[in-house]
Amino acid sequence: MKKIRLLIILISICLPLNVNALIEVDITRGNLNPLPIAVSALYSDQDTNEALKKEIKIDQIGNAISIVIENNLKATGLFNPLEKKAFLQKPDVAHLKPRFEDWSLIKAQALITGKVEYKDDKVRVEFRLWDVLAAREMLAIAFTTVPNNWRRIGHIISDKIYERLTGEKGYFDTRIIYVSEKGPKTKRVKKLAIMDQDGFNTKYLTLGNELVLTPRFNPTNQMVTYLSYFKNLPRVYLLDIETGIQEVVGDFPGMTFAPRFSPDGKKIIMSFAKDGNSDIYTMNLENRIVERITNHPSIDTSPSYSPDGKFITFNSDRSGYQQIYVMRSDGSRVKRISFGNGLYGTPVWSPRGDLIAFTKLHKGKFYIGVMRTDGTGERLLTENYYQEAPSWSPNGRVLIFYRETKSNSEGEGFSAKLWSIDLTGYNERKVTTETDASDPSWSSLLSN
Amino acid sequence: MIFKKSTYNLILASIFALLLSACAQQAAKLDSQIQGDVYTGTDTVEYLADGVPDRVFFATNESVLTTASRDTLRKQAAWLRKNSSINVVLEGHADERGTREYNLALGERRANAAKDYLMTYGISENRISVISYGKERPVDSGSNPLSWSKNRRSVTVKAN
Repeated sequence: MKKIRLLIILISICLPLNVNALIEVDITRGNLNPLPIAVSALYSDQDTNEALKKEIKIDQIGNAISIVIENNLKATGLFNPLEKKAFLQKPDVAHLKPRFEDWSLIKAQALITGKVEYKDDKVRVEFRLWDVLAAREMLAIAFTTVPNNWRRIGHIISDKIYERLTGEKGYFDTRIIYVSEKGPKTKRVKKLAIMDQDGFNTKYLTLGNELVLTPRFNPTNQMVTYLSYFKNLPRVYLLDIETGIQEVVGDFPGMTFAPRFSPDGKKIIMSFAKDGNSDIYTMNLENRIVERITNHPSIDTSPSYSPDGKFITFNSDRSGYQQIYVMRSDGSRVKRISFGNGLYGTPVWSPRGDLIAFTKLHKGKFYIGVMRTDGTGERLLTENYYQEAPSWSPNGRVLIFYRETKSNSEGEGFSAKLWSIDLTGYNERKVTTETDASDPSWSSLLSN
Repeated sequence: MIFKKSTYNLILASIFALLLSACAQQAAKLDSQIQGDVYTGTDTVEYLADGVPDRVFFATNESVLTTASRDTLRKQAAWLRKNSSINVVLEGHADERGTREYNLALGERRANAAKDYLMTYGISENRISVISYGKERPVDSGSNPLSWSKNRRSVTVKAN
């Protein structure tokens, strides 16, 4: 994967003097009235269209980028992109100076316009966000990059719009790493796969020769840690996505599993199982020093750091059943935080630091939920036959997880798919993948 | 007309009775294969040698060996003592009704419960290795209590 350099030119940002006068979207509640937004096709002239069609086989590049933006905004559940058929103004004219009466006539409250040019093997994309009712420009930015990055431009524009309208960082210029699954349940073939957050540009990182599980990104999204059964020895591995180089993490005389990076990316935290007992360990990737964090004759696994690196949440059955605990990152002051009915697993600390997402198993149903880091305020977001392993969007507003369906005794009816749900408990949706999929992990924002 | 109707009812009733007894048989079959949440049937069992079953089964979330499991493992230990050149791998498994990472740990715990028992019956530690597959390699694909009970297992496999 090439490191992508984006030349970002701010052409003009008209910051309004009175912010309250312009559109604001509240993302803290389930949004039953998504904001009507008109995403005009970005204008690209015939020469640009023809050149890019030849170069990257994309027809009508300006329109294609606008569709990326539209789909991103729609998937948030916060925006309602309007039908392009109803638009009265042509993209080039609208981008210069929208006739706001025309856009308010079709009930648009916000409008996105833009322009794509192709020069010296680079594309230059500019866009503007307009407040239709206030008849003002809210944001205008231009980017220059190589043509192949056109989808990323769409994602970055989506992030800028989301941030301008909600006041929080977006999560569109991101990737999901997951396990691609195929074949019968009894001999499932699993591969590491990576894709853009909207399901495009899927790449497979392993061949499926050995079982692989639970991939997680490092903070810069260039490395992945995961469990591989290479040579039938289940061990935690480290994979450099760019070079494809893989290495086993540490020299443990037994199974290591459930790996994650520390927030500074310098350590891997994981479980090591020996003689029927799993405890939590860290390995420093710089000096290779291994530290034992828990020492208890119960199963301690699924560790996840707080974003400041000072605490670790994990699950343990030391009380007799699987429950969620929090401790200091040196292993001291272990405290149980889950006390509701049922079993609790896969705790994962929110990137905002205030919440822990988890899987709960109660009376034969699986739930994805969140609680505060002291265990109060438990809230279950979704119930299903089987689902687990939530992973946070980088802004801490959305969770992605996987869900499996029931099968009959021949294994028919079984499927594993990725799903996402907002922290509000609304906007549950299936995430498109080429194959069956599990163990999703969301990257941080690629740009910024 | 009346006669016809009563015949019809009779047929309905006998079909219903047949169905009921089929259900009862099904339930009895299930009961006879699970005791206290542990699989006791022989559907999936293979044999390391004549009369030496290759696997033991566990209750949900448990790694405690049942009386039947200990009996199986003593037979394995006797067979291993007679065949001192054979080494084994104990493969620990969980059913699909748990989180993936916890199940990996649980499979390891189950396989080690079997290993410990073999060791108390004189099998040297260096002849036994252990691997956990968690819920990754079910032997039965079904999503029902009987299938799950077959999948909660530790299987002794020849390593050489």
